[in-house]
Amino acid sequence: MPARVLTITSGKGGVGKTTATANLASALALHGQRVVAIDADIGLRNLDVVMGLENRIVYDLVDVVEGRCRLRQAMIRDKRLSELYLLPAAQTRDKTAVSPEDMVRLTDELRPEFDFIVIDSPAGIERGFKNAIAPADEILIITTPEVSAVRDADRIIGLVEAEEKETTYLIINRLRPDMVRREDMLATSDVVELLAIDLIGIVPEDEYIIISTNRGRPAALDNSSPAGQAFRNIARRVMGEDVPFMAIRESPGFLDRIARLVRGRRI
Amino acid sequence: MSIWDRLRGKREPTSRQVARQRLQLVLVHDRAKVSPQLLQTLKDEIIAVISRHVDIDRDGVEVTFTQSKRQSRLVADIPLQGGSRRQK
Ligand SMILES: Nc1ncnc2c1ncn2[C@@H]1O[C@H](COP(=O)(O)OP(=O)(O)O)[C@@H](O)[C@H]1O
Ligand SMILES: [Mg+2]
Repeated sequence: MPARVLTITSGKGGVGKTTATANLASALALHGQRVVAIDADIGLRNLDVVMGLENRIVYDLVDVVEGRCRLRQAMIRDKRLSELYLLPAAQTRDKTAVSPEDMVRLTDELRPEFDFIVIDSPAGIERGFKNAIAPADEILIITTPEVSAVRDADRIIGLVEAEEKETTYLIINRLRPDMVRREDMLATSDVVELLAIDLIGIVPEDEYIIISTNRGRPAALDNSSPAGQAFRNIARRVMGEDVPFMAIRESPGFLDRIARLVRGRRI
Repeated sequence: MSIWDRLRGKREPTSRQVARQRLQLVLVHDRAKVSPQLLQTLKDEIIAVISRHVDIDRDGVEVTFTQSKRQSRLVADIPLQGGSRRQK
């Protein structure tokens, strides 16, 4: 079966697209899938460092599009997972160097040989975003449980619907169950109701994400990371398994209620 | 708000509730691409048009958005003036 193309995008920047791409691609490969991760954030290349592959880049996406190398020459094989590849973005060019048609052509060339192609999209609603979603079969929209991020996610959902890309899923990232229990953060149910699209993953705030980015080794490869576990679950859902959502306790317990009563006004 | 108010069950809305309410409004307006100002203009013009034909309670007119799933709709609630039709 030819590869499915998954694009990870968001309205607001910095909500975790690159982290999610690196982790989802790694987790899929960990589950035996043949995967290519494509960095479509041209000019702001990052997926290479998050995956720990920055030292091995020779050619990039723009080199392929402009015919300076063959597609295979630009693809970097992962150090740990032999069925995982990265196609890096160009660092010195801008988004106009690639068109949506180029992206479709490129992914069509990859489809027969892989199971999944995971694309890291730039933030915003312009050319880079259009490039990233043009070849997508499924679009994973990522947001944090914050007012501005949810609002921008809604904009993106509207745009994606306008492109008649029907299959959109939601990832909620950086959820802090303790804050939700204190009623100081939007709960999963709030975000899902507001955005009205299907949820495919809840990723908790996890300091291991920073540690794993420091090391260039995605958290999905580490069994002790809660976020890594969440990304592995997303990978299995994407593969069609029915995986229950991790038990993240969001409703207040007795102690939380007492604390709320005593603490008084909140900031 | 004092601890006694809270013990009696009164409490100010939590920041989660405030966030949810604010987002509900913002998203409805974003989706409909209609600003509160435009909503006011619509209301004024609806009042002008309708009151040319029917006697309405101008102060009772409400023009609002509602939404279900990702479908938003404009709702105008226009109370008629009670009693007989005014003679001009
Ligand atoms: N679940 C998480 N827990 C803690 N930190 C996170 C989490 N997800 C992302 N981050 C951090 O947030 C920052 C932005 O993430 P990144 O993936 O680069 O976002 P984007 O690609 O959307 O701009 C990074 O510093 C990353 O380490
Ligand atoms: Mg990024």
